[in-house]
This record gives sequence, C-alpha cells and structure tokens, in this order.
Amino acid sequence: MSEKVKVTIDGITVEVEPGTTILNAARQIGGDIVPPAMCYYSKLEGSGGKCRTCIVKVSKGSEKDPRPMPKLVASCRTTVMDGMEVQNITSPEVMEARAGVVEILLINHPLDCPVCDQAGECDLQNLGYEHGLQKTRYEFERRTFERIDIGDKIQLHMNRCILCYRCVFTADQITNKRVHGILNRGDHSEISTYIQTAVDNDFSGNVIDVCPVGALTDKTFRFKNRVWFTKPVDAHRDCPTCSGKVTLWYKGADVLRVTARKDIYGEVEEFICNTCRFEKKKTDDWVLEHPTHISDASVISSNHYETMIPLPVIQENLRLQEANKVELEKTAKF
Amino acid sequence: MARKLLLEHINVPGINTLDVYRQKGGYRAVEKALKTLTPDEVVEEVKKSGLRGRGGAGFPTGMKWSFLAKPEGVARYLVCNADESEPGTFKDRYLMTYIPHALIEGMIVASYALGAKTSYIYVRGEMMPQIRILERAIAEAKAAGFLGKNILGTGYDLELYVQPGGGAYICGEETALLESLEGKRGNPRIKPPFPAIAGLYGCPTVVNNVESIAAVVPIINDGGDEYTKIGIGRSTGTKLISASGNLVKPGVYEIELGLPVEEFIYSDEYCGGIANGKRLKATVAGGSSVPVLPANLTLKLANGEPRLMSYESLSEGGFATGTMMGSGGFIAFDEDQCIVRNTWNFSRFYHHESCGQCSPCREGTGWMEKVLHRIEHGHGKMSDIDLLVDVSRKIEGNTICPLGDAAAWPVASAIRHFRDEFEWHVREPLKSQETNYGIAKYAEPIAKAEVTTDN
Ligand SMILES: Cc1cc2nc3c(=O)[nH]c(=O)nc-3n(C[C@H](O)[C@H](O)[C@H](O)COP(=O)(O)O)c2cc1C
Ligand code: SF4
Ligand code: SF4
Ligand code: FES
Repeated sequence: MSEKVKVTIDGITVEVEPGTTILNAARQIGGDIVPPAMCYYSKLEGSGGKCRTCIVKVSKGSEKDPRPMPKLVASCRTTVMDGMEVQNITSPEVMEARAGVVEILLINHPLDCPVCDQAGECDLQNLGYEHGLQKTRYEFERRTFERIDIGDKIQLHMNRCILCYRCVFTADQITNKRVHGILNRGDHSEISTYIQTAVDNDFSGNVIDVCPVGALTDKTFRFKNRVWFTKPVDAHRDCPTCSGKVTLWYKGADVLRVTARKDIYGEVEEFICNTCRFEKKKTDDWVLEHPTHISDASVISSNHYETMIPLPVIQENLRLQEANKVELEKTAKF
Repeated sequence: MARKLLLEHINVPGINTLDVYRQKGGYRAVEKALKTLTPDEVVEEVKKSGLRGRGGAGFPTGMKWSFLAKPEGVARYLVCNADESEPGTFKDRYLMTYIPHALIEGMIVASYALGAKTSYIYVRGEMMPQIRILERAIAEAKAAGFLGKNILGTGYDLELYVQPGGGAYICGEETALLESLEGKRGNPRIKPPFPAIAGLYGCPTVVNNVESIAAVVPIINDGGDEYTKIGIGRSTGTKLISASGNLVKPGVYEIELGLPVEEFIYSDEYCGGIANGKRLKATVAGGSSVPVLPANLTLKLANGEPRLMSYESLSEGGFATGTMMGSGGFIAFDEDQCIVRNTWNFSRFYHHESCGQCSPCREGTGWMEKVLHRIEHGHGKMSDIDLLVDVSRKIEGNTICPLGDAAAWPVASAIRHFRDEFEWHVREPLKSQETNYGIAKYAEPIAKAEVTTDN
C-alpha cells in the first residue's frame, strides 16, 4: 500500500490510507466529530452524496494546495488529501448548514413518530433532536402517498422516505434481481416496484435494515411494540444461506423481531437472509450470545424519550476541548 | 454587418441538404483536418481559437479536449449535448433544423481530434423533427463517404448516432445525459470522476454543446488565430443568441461577442427594440438559470460603462450587479411584465425538473415554488421574502449538480433587484391581482443606492 495521508478533523489528526473519504477518516477517529450520514452506507457501492447531512468545511485543501474548498462538501464522497484540515462540529457554518439540511429533510416528513415502528432507532429522529428547529417554517400540505405492501413481509410507507437510495443499492447489489427502484422525479419521486411486484427473494428483507427512517418496515413486527421496550440480544444459527448472525429483539420471552447486527453507525455488520429474519422467531431456533451493546445516546438504552439528551458537544468532551483549545479560548474572549 | 461564421448561409435555399451545403464550402474542414492535420493539431487549433463552451458553463473547449484521458486500448467517446431545454434557449434547435450539416461536420472533425470511433448526438426527446433531420443528414454524409469506414480514404472510421432523450431538462447536465445514454435513469453522477476520465460506459468522454461543436468548423477552415480576431478579450468568436420576450424581432441571432447589449436590443440589425412602443423593465440575459437584471443594470455596468454581450462583461459585478452569458437565451421583459410571476414561473420549472437525488434541491425547489405561488396570488407575507432568500441559500452550492444553483439564482436575484415589487405584492394583495407594479425605477440611470450587496 502507498504511504498514508494525514488529515486533521476538528483539530484531531489521523493517518489514513490514500483514497479514504473524510467521513471514514472521521470514523477512524470516532466520537462526536463523526458527521451524521443518512444516505452513505459503507457496504453499498455508489451510496452517499445525496442527503447532504454529512457536509463539512475543508479549511485547508492539502499540504500542496492549502487553499480552502470554496463550498461545504459532502464528507462521504470527498477523499482526503495529505495535510487536509476539516472542520465539522467546530464550524458554526457547518452546524448551521446541517440544521438547514435537517429542516429541509423534515418539511415533507409526516412526523408521525408516535405511530412509526422506526421510532427510537430512526436516524432522522435523532438528527431532528440534535439540529431541528422547534417549529417548522413550512406551511404547506405535506406530500402524501398511499402505503403499499411489497410482498407479505415488507411494507413501504413512502411518506417517510428520504430518498437515500440505500434500499435500491441494497437490492441491486445483494439480491439477484432488483424489482424496485425510483419512479418519477424531484419531490414526487417514489420508491416503487414495477407495477407493485412483490419484492421476493432470499435477501430482500435487508432493505428494512438499511432504511434510515421508517419507510420500509417489517410487517411481521408492525405495531407489536416500541423498540425501546424490547431487549436486543445477539444470537446465531447455522444458516445455509447467510452468516446466521443476528440480533433478536425480545419482549419478555418472545422474539418480536429479528434484524441484522448493526454497528455504531447504524450499518449492518452482515446482511442476513429472509429465513433468519422472518421465519425464525423462536428462542429454540437460535444460539444466544449476549445482550447487544447499544450506544448510551440511543433511546433504546434509556427506555424513555425524556432522557434522550442531545449528543455531547465540544464543551463536554475533554479530547475535543484539548484539540481545540486555541479556538475555544478565542471564542471565549469575544 | 457583423461577421457570421455559423449562420452565414442560413438563408440559402436547400442548405439543409448535403449538395448545397458542399457548394457553399461545406465539409472542407473534414477534408482539411483528416488529410492535413494530426488529431493533436486539431486540438491545438481549437485551443488557439479560445472557443468557450456554448452550453452554459463557458469552459474553454480546447482545454477540455486536452484533458481527455487516453489509456491504451480503451474507447473514447464524443457526445454532443443537444438536449437544449432551458427556458429561453432555442439556438441549438435552430441550427440543427436549418443547417444540420454544420453539426455533423463539426462532429466528424471533433471526433477525429479526440480519437473517438463512435459518437453520439443526444437530442431532447421533444425535438422529433430535428432528430429526423439529423438522421437524414447523417445518411447523406455517410453516402458521400464522410462517415463510416475509412473516411475519405484516410483510414479514419467513425459511426455517428442520434439518440433521442426522454425530454427531461436534467438530462442536459452532462453526467445525467451519460446515464440516460447508457439507458439508465437520468440522475447526475457525483463528480469526480469527471467524464474526461470515466464518462460513457466508464470510458473517457467529452460532452460538448451543439454550438461548440459547430464552431469547430470555421476554426479549422480559417485557423484558430483568425477566430480570435472576432470578439473581445477572452470572449472570442461569434455566439448564437436566442432572443425572446417583448422584442420587436425575437429570434436567433449570431452576434460577434463584445456587442453592446443596448445595440443588441435596440438596433434594427438585431432585436429592433421593445415591442409595442413599451419600455424595457428587465432581462434574463443567458437563459432562465442566470440572475435577472433590471433594465438599467442590463444596459450599463454599475460604474456606468456600457455592458457588452461577452462572458466577462455580462458577469461584471458578480451577483450584486451582474449576470451571466449562460446558454445565450436572452429574454426581455417590458414594463407590463410581473417579475414575481416570472420568478414563480421559473421556479415552477426547476421544481418540476429536479431529479430529486439531493435533499436541498428536491425539497427546496418545491418549497420556493409554493411560497412564490402564494405571493403571486396575493396570499404572501412579508416574512416570505426573506424565507425565499434563506431557502435559496440552503440549496445553492450544496447539491450534486448545478441545477440546484440554477434554481436558487433566479429567485435570489429577483429579490435582490426587485424586492420592492415583491413587497408591493404582499402589501397590495388585491391590487396586485389586477394591475402590475410597472416599471418603477428599474430603467432609471443607475443611482448609487441601486447597488446593494446585502444579499
Ligand atoms: C441542469 C442542467 C442542464 C443543462 N442543459 C444543457 C443543455 O441542454 N445543453 C447543453 O449543451 N448543456 C447543458 N448543460 C451544461 C452541460 O452540463 C455541459 O456543461 C455542457 O454540455 C458542456 O458543453 P460545452 O463545454 O460545449 O458548453 C446543462 C447543465 C445543467 C446543470
Ligand atoms: S425507502 Fe428507506 S432506504 Fe429506501 S430510499 Fe427511502 S429512506 Fe432510503
Ligand atoms: S441538484 Fe437537483 S437535479 Fe441536480 S442532482 Fe441534486 S436533486 Fe438532482
Ligand atoms: S451521507 Fe453524505 S451526503 Fe448523505
């Protein structure tokens, strides 16, 4: 491999392989400085660049060409250069622009979290808490679509979709024959199947896991419970089709739902097959491992909305405080 | 009379046929390039000419060609962008309709220069007559030995195809065009990689506008140096302008770059003034995507000097007091036109044409349209005006392709220069439904107060 390149994000320097994106470099650093990603998905080729929540400011292009980039860039699709300096949560400009993107993502969103199965594990809900305005400035009717069933296991609630294209890439890349895609254009685009063909093949259920919002949900779990009342447990089985490594979501002694295991960025570790997801809902089907580790910031671990604090900002993070000492002092002075 | 390079013979009967076109000196450029010049020499000539892309961005064509990657054993493509769908722009259609061989000849020379063996003309789907005209012209050229195998015995092979699009504005964006040409949904690609490295089917590709490609013919015939003698500064050569709106003589004109805007609007050689004895209120100088300007800033720069039809002069003053050459769609508005209504109309177009990939453009274009609709129809609020500016800022510069900017600029510029008219619509919800705001001070000689830079 060629030599590593150095990039500094919010004052923290990391060395990464050439060709790494700013977002992935930030994930190597970890913590609060990682930009939120609603459309990028590391396991899906071609994903990213669309939602614009991951925008950052490149205040220094590289060692060779130190000029800053003229516009904010999508960190998921911008590769690092040696000596690049990036600002994410230390840039008020970025925070403001991100709040703008969140506002825009929410103007046509139904905000039906109380009846949405994704509530509690929804990336948009989390973003809304962190960046959202109290009140929307959008005073028009929100666009609506009919709910459709795509096959007997998956339901599409297009009103909630943010058109991240993850499900399209998933179906394209991990199933043999993609039968759904995007119809129409602009804000009337919709995810759809060709004349409502059932999405039906061994891996189609994964579109539920990649969906960052509640647009694609598991019909077998629909309205059974709120995720924060369920207890996730990692388990596995000997599966001829997939790795068989899953998370079981328990309520009491019952398995309500089976999903792939997700990492701290909400991405699945390995895609699972429909048999594991939809057919194996008894404890006997599985070898249990241990309770799933859930991030402290998630409502799933707190069980209540009230305790859902905004993610810690710089002031509460020692490492960030250290890295941005000079900047913080400057701001404190003024 | 100004020199004409593209439309010189446009009125010759039968110029759309190969025979007449050849009698008027057509296909000399093909003979000259293929028989006496190397591909690199053709590129060099185009570089020397200073020709800038006529599709909107104005990027130097010769430079674009020299960036084309040339890996061993990989095909290269030339794709002509004939998707022309910008409101106000209709010059390419004119050229293709009346003198199709100018484009075919340019395609052959340009393909030779780039080493392309297969080239495409991607035509907007609505232009069915032009598609037939081009196909007939290609058949004629092929029969005469200008296309196909071993052209003019030089050993150079070229196949040229016409591909109808589906009629989406976004497919004029070069990477969306390539997706569409590949048979996929016309979503713009995320760049990099640029088409010069990985374009059509992942191969190095050049995408050029119809007029850019046609302009290569006179450049090769007369030499790049000769071309630079026309025009002004870095705006060399001639440019087709499609003029529309309240003009005495709307139509497509070939101008020498550097022509004063005032002369273009008022002289009898061009538009002949404003129709029905009215006064000019505003213009959109380069197609719907460029900032709208009031009459006074159209004719004069902020410093009082005359504004010229050139890339530099039109954009002089930046967003505060300038506009852009864009694709050469010149729209004139007389004193009876409503800027609010026009801004709403443009924004309706962008809302309709956004591909919907990136959130700011997908959601923001619709939002702006709805707010503008409300103001235009007498239901607006004062705060709507700043809201529009704010939404336009959220879109601008934060999208995958420039359609987002193109949707934001007309709105931002209309409010920048015509805020009074927007406020009047809010203050006079009933009156504004019956009468127009009128010309106000928009045609008065520029006072210092006119030049605001706050948004
Ligand atoms: C939304 C959008 C629409 C466009 N439509 C056209 C078009 O219809 N015709 C065109 O030549 N260029 C169009 N362009 C510009 C092309 O992307 C590209 O810059 C141009 O074809 C390059 O050719 P040129 O260098 O010869 O100007 C459009 C760009 C955008 C962003
Ligand atoms: S349905 Fe979900 S995964 Fe698919 S595009 Fe919409 S939000 Fe993304
Ligand atoms: S800016 Fe608009 S048209 Fe361009 S890619 Fe984004 S959504 Fe599509
Ligand atoms: S995650 Fe980068 S644009 Fe969506």
